[in-house]
Amino acid sequence: MTAILPVRGLADRLTALFWRHPRFLTALLLAPPLFWLVAVYIGSLAALLWQGFYSVDDFSGLVVEEFTLSTYASLFKPANLSILWRTVSMAGAVTIASAVLAFPIAWYAARHAKGRWKAVFYLGVMLPLWSSYLVKVYAWKLILAKEGILSWAAEASHTTPVLEAVLSLPVIGGPSLSTSYLGMFLVFTYVWLPYMILPLQAALERVPQSLLEASSDLGATGRQTLWRVILPLAMPGMVAGSIFTFSLTLGDYIIPQIIGNSASFIGMAVYQLQGTAGNLPLAAAFSVVPILIMLVYLGIARRLGAFDAL
Amino acid sequence: MRSEASFPLKAAAALGLLFLHLPIAIIFLYAFTTEERSYVFPPPGLTLKWFAVAWERPDIWQALGLSLQVAAWATLLALILGTLVAGAMTRARFFGRDQVTLLILLPIALPGILTGLAMRQAFGVAGIPFSTWTIVLGHATFCIVIVHNNAVARMRRLSGAILEASADLGANSFQTFRHILLPNLGSALLAGGMLAFALSFDEVIVTTFTAGAQSTIPIWMLEELIRPHQRPVTNVVAMVVFAATFLPILAAYYLTRGGSETAGGGK
Repeated sequence: MTAILPVRGLADRLTALFWRHPRFLTALLLAPPLFWLVAVYIGSLAALLWQGFYSVDDFSGLVVEEFTLSTYASLFKPANLSILWRTVSMAGAVTIASAVLAFPIAWYAARHAKGRWKAVFYLGVMLPLWSSYLVKVYAWKLILAKEGILSWAAEASHTTPVLEAVLSLPVIGGPSLSTSYLGMFLVFTYVWLPYMILPLQAALERVPQSLLEASSDLGATGRQTLWRVILPLAMPGMVAGSIFTFSLTLGDYIIPQIIGNSASFIGMAVYQLQGTAGNLPLAAAFSVVPILIMLVYLGIARRLGAFDAL
Repeated sequence: MRSEASFPLKAAAALGLLFLHLPIAIIFLYAFTTEERSYVFPPPGLTLKWFAVAWERPDIWQALGLSLQVAAWATLLALILGTLVAGAMTRARFFGRDQVTLLILLPIALPGILTGLAMRQAFGVAGIPFSTWTIVLGHATFCIVIVHNNAVARMRRLSGAILEASADLGANSFQTFRHILLPNLGSALLAGGMLAFALSFDEVIVTTFTAGAQSTIPIWMLEELIRPHQRPVTNVVAMVVFAATFLPILAAYYLTRGGSETAGGGK
């Protein structure tokens, strides 16, 4: 280049350097964001997890800064195991419900809605997604309360016995919807549903029309096309969405506090242990669980091609 | 495949959208209720007085000011860092590329309580007192991925040929960036920035750990939920926040329309 054009200064010399050593530019571009994420984020995360190797003295309640595995081992106490199990089952149930509810919306928005309706659907999903999380939880508190709208609607439509029958179910029922697992499940599903719809819709938009036509030309029924063609192709989007629904349920500590029967979830346990209980080591040990689960989850998701669907 | 949607599909899609929107409508309804203490349905009467009451409350204005300030800084930082990563990711396939993707994704893939708790610990160890900047630091970390997603989606559609053409015509890297890349990325960055702004404006979980005694709008709302003061005022604030986020989302949609199917696709 220098043979043809005069070098005009530092900018040109740098350009030549970038041209000769493309990796240099890549490294230069990556340095500030990686520094940020590694130093600020990974650094503090690692420091937190290290706390899990410390323990709390039973008598003084002070943190003993000596290496021990006893704090991590105490995760396997029955009381703590039940918290982990409860949280993971809730996250799984919410993820499945979100996928089922999201599919028709995403499919309609991706394949059938046109022009103005496309915009309506997109904004119809984006608005609840971006509107305040607390506002949504608060709205459900009003809906699910004993004197709330659902009870009122049940009374107006003479379905109160149905509601009572549902609430009297073991485990998921309770005195009212706002103090039962069922209510909590509804709120979690509501709050995280848009996170499932968007990646699913993006994946469904990329399903080629020709494949659907080929499927029906070869004699497949609508149901067979759905199971054998559409769902496998939509899988990366669904997995991408499930990263959010699963992870967000796993760590949430506000919904179980406001809705539900005061049974503890991982997020709540971490919040209480680091705060009022002053047991930071056990809080850190609890924190490791969602990290491990999500790392495994992300590893599987990457294999299924979900990162391209994000 | 039929091009017309079947009735069950239409019904399921419509009911799904209704499910997403009814609770928000209820919040709006209760902003006008005359009943201050409980939430009987239907509301006994309607009034506009809570808007006036909310306007007079200095704590709301203070929280709003802090929220806007934090969101603006976090968005700016996320824009810079997110664009840099996106640039590197589309340029080359390098060693550890997947790991970098994972690293960017981690702050939103891991529960917010971990990010928050980890940062609070780090601030404590480093002796950094809580300030606007500690909140910004937390928010920017998870906003990077949104800007990155928007920028990467646009860069993928951008033909590499125009960058080569620019170089062939004698432009150096910085001129190419300024005159070719930036104008092409502009609307995607604006959209990503707006989504990042909305995300930061609404964030509560990380903020509870990094704010100390300061109060952003979501923190204020959380306190009102736990210790209600004038309940309908909370609804008024919720309504205003909803209206305020509606506009950037609408704008982001129109900016990235036209083939960019991943815009805002991952929060």
